[in-house]
Amino acid sequence: MRNWIKSAKHSPIFWARASQCLLLCAITVAMLGAVHSQYDRVGGNLMCGCGCGQMLLECNHLGCPASPGMIRELHAQVASGATDEAILAWFATKYGPTVLAAPIRGGFDTTAWIVPFAIFVLAIFGTFGIVWLWKRRYGMIAKHVSAETAADMTPHEASLRDRIRRETEY
Amino acid sequence: MQPHPMPEFGSFCLLLGLILTIYNFAVGALALWGSSAAGLRATRRPVELWNRLGETARRAGIASFVAVTCAAFALVWAAFTNDFSVEYVREHSNLALNPAYKFAALWSGQEGSLLLWAWLLSGYGLVLRFRHRVDVRLSAFASVILAGVQIFFLLLMCVGAPPFSIHPGPVPADGAGLNVLLRYPEMVMHPPLLYLGYVGFAVPFAFALGALIMRYPGEKWIHITRRWTMVTWLFLTVGIFMGAHWAYSVLGWGGYWGWDPVENASLMPWLTGTAFLHSVMMQEKRGMMKNWNVWLIFSTFLLTILGTLLTRSGAVQSVHAFAQSNIGPWFYAFITIAFAICLFVFFFQRDHLKSENKLESLVSRESSFLFNNLILLVACFVVLWGTLFPVLSEYVQGDKTSVGAPFYNRVNIPIGLFLLLLTGLGPLLAWRSTSLRSLRRNFVLPTAAIVATAIALMLFGVRPWNDGDDMQSTFFSLVAFSLGAGVITGIAEEFLRGARVVKAQTDRNLLSSALLLTRRNTRRYGGYIIHFGVVVIFIGIAGGAFNRSTQSEMSYGDQMYIGPYRLVCQSITQDSTPEYDTDYALLDVYRGDKFVTQLAPERRIYFPGTEQQQPATMVALHSTAQNDLYVVFDGRDPNTGKPEIRAQLHPLIAWIWIGVVIVVVGTGIALMPNLQRTPARLLQQDSVRTPEVAGVGAGGVVAKARNA
Repeated sequence: MRNWIKSAKHSPIFWARASQCLLLCAITVAMLGAVHSQYDRVGGNLMCGCGCGQMLLECNHLGCPASPGMIRELHAQVASGATDEAILAWFATKYGPTVLAAPIRGGFDTTAWIVPFAIFVLAIFGTFGIVWLWKRRYGMIAKHVSAETAADMTPHEASLRDRIRRETEY
Repeated sequence: MQPHPMPEFGSFCLLLGLILTIYNFAVGALALWGSSAAGLRATRRPVELWNRLGETARRAGIASFVAVTCAAFALVWAAFTNDFSVEYVREHSNLALNPAYKFAALWSGQEGSLLLWAWLLSGYGLVLRFRHRVDVRLSAFASVILAGVQIFFLLLMCVGAPPFSIHPGPVPADGAGLNVLLRYPEMVMHPPLLYLGYVGFAVPFAFALGALIMRYPGEKWIHITRRWTMVTWLFLTVGIFMGAHWAYSVLGWGGYWGWDPVENASLMPWLTGTAFLHSVMMQEKRGMMKNWNVWLIFSTFLLTILGTLLTRSGAVQSVHAFAQSNIGPWFYAFITIAFAICLFVFFFQRDHLKSENKLESLVSRESSFLFNNLILLVACFVVLWGTLFPVLSEYVQGDKTSVGAPFYNRVNIPIGLFLLLLTGLGPLLAWRSTSLRSLRRNFVLPTAAIVATAIALMLFGVRPWNDGDDMQSTFFSLVAFSLGAGVITGIAEEFLRGARVVKAQTDRNLLSSALLLTRRNTRRYGGYIIHFGVVVIFIGIAGGAFNRSTQSEMSYGDQMYIGPYRLVCQSITQDSTPEYDTDYALLDVYRGDKFVTQLAPERRIYFPGTEQQQPATMVALHSTAQNDLYVVFDGRDPNTGKPEIRAQLHPLIAWIWIGVVIVVVGTGIALMPNLQRTPARLLQQDSVRTPEVAGVGAGGVVAKARNA
């Protein structure tokens, strides 16, 4: 076992798999839902109803016609023991869907969450695919070119080429 | 009829500017065609004739700057002289307004903002036209394209949104005054800086489009536009953060970024511009990603226009007052034409954009740039998607859906952390491919720093699993701090490695060697400093997970506790000035038993008792590197009449602003030319010690360091 670990440690596949596992763990933990107090949690998902475009709990208008009443209603709803979904639905029914700060009504709203994730996954896999394709194509060309040029190159020229490559790095 | 000399002069200047710009565009384009091989064949006229014609177009472009400057001056003059016959001045200024803010009236409203946009564009055009000798033909192409953009803005102001409209009826005795929220020094700076950023991207766009049209050989256009792009990016960065600081210190809700469509409109071109700044290096170094770069700069420019379209057409709702207007169709038309031109030119010239090299390895600097670009573009897409989703949902479902901070935070924070990871990974990878040995050598310390920081933070109490209420945000903060430590270690390692070699070569101390190293490759080490600044900004943002807030009614002698602070109310005062009524509290702040400072949160009502009555919060702030104590006078309880004081504690928030300063310094360094002359002593020593390195200079020293 120890030998296997020792030999595996030198393999790039080992490191790739280890990093994949770490990434998976990180993503799993990141996806775990947060547990806020219900007032903050629900209030953080509501917009002020006066049309100012601010979050309900952040609305700071003096004499705002909507936010003080809405905050009182939120306190009352939380005290009644309703679930988050029920409170949000109650507000959406009373003030219209624009009162919800995020698209959470299901149906077409779901696409708001799916599309960014899909684009992200597509882009990651797409890039991997492109790089793999380029790498494969370059590998074939490079084999052909290096076989032709290596024979013509003196050791001095080869070392110069190597130095140029290194020193133009930044 | 009453004469209005200054507004008439301003309108005349705008019209003159438009005519000159049309001449610049039309005659410049004609001269470029005439002096091309096809034009010379078709017209059989000498090339000198076309060059002379082109020169007249260039001079017309320079003259248009003078005309637009005079128009801008006319508007500012009208504001300074309280000429309320000009509708725009009446709406955005008044007699009592401080002169500094009268100057700011130029960009306080839509028409003035457009005039500022046109003036800055003509200013950029002026510099470009004066510096045309850097490449006469390419500059001529860029000048014509810039003139095309300028025509749009001048035409819009001459027809759609004239800044010099005369107020109908008798001249009012006083104006409506400037929005009270805009009466802050930062607001004098924020819009022009932001606009310098927006407008500036038109220059690299013009060069890129010009280079593509003329099938410009090589990558020289990138060298020419590098400084333009960086300066523009810097302006946009500073403009965005200045707006964030204004929102934080003025609006009183305790945040600095609300994901409002207008804010998003500034973030989108910043994201694509940042991607362009990175990927353009691949084109310079390896002749790769030419299609990608061209589209990145096209997108950046189009996004600056799209952002303006979204926010000014009234298509999306914004807290910014200028969001609703009738100039949307103008922007729809312009963006469609601009996109069609980009697409058309790209389609016909795409064979000119073939890559000279391909990616050789997934573990290379190139692929890290590719992924960095990808993540930036995904972030940009998320912002665009969230901004447009209300419009989409209305189209599909028949009612608008709000997309606010909860959506953006949930989607963008993981993306931002991934970007932070790439900020650390990228510079540690070599071009073409990175060997396993080099990977191990470069990554050991940063990885150790990440793990050590995570363990240390958990030991000091940052434990997401114990933080029931805020588990997710604490977890993200932990990741951000740990990754930040890794990135900073990586950057320090790079500096140290290079500095050690310079030290060995020059017998200087380590600090002086690091400075010399930076001066020899300003772009690379300036870039590292920018990355360091970005990490510091991330640390400041991550501190937000530990925000605390408390609110209570206070009267004389009452106390309030928040974090390490104790606030004791000393007095509550009501006062009246000609401009506003005020209510403020004097609070003594103690840390333990030690007096720290006195804060005076204030609530003002401007123009009380009138239709324009407007409230304003004067936030009281005690800022330290550790945390900000943020105190707001929230108003009076309608039942008890007692003042309500809200106190918030924002850990590490000052690091956001410090990070921006570091980014500015880093960009300044990256803009400086490299130290070319190697000190004689160094050359002498080099030739004695390592003959093969002598004459290679900094490149040799650094390469030796990297391969040591």
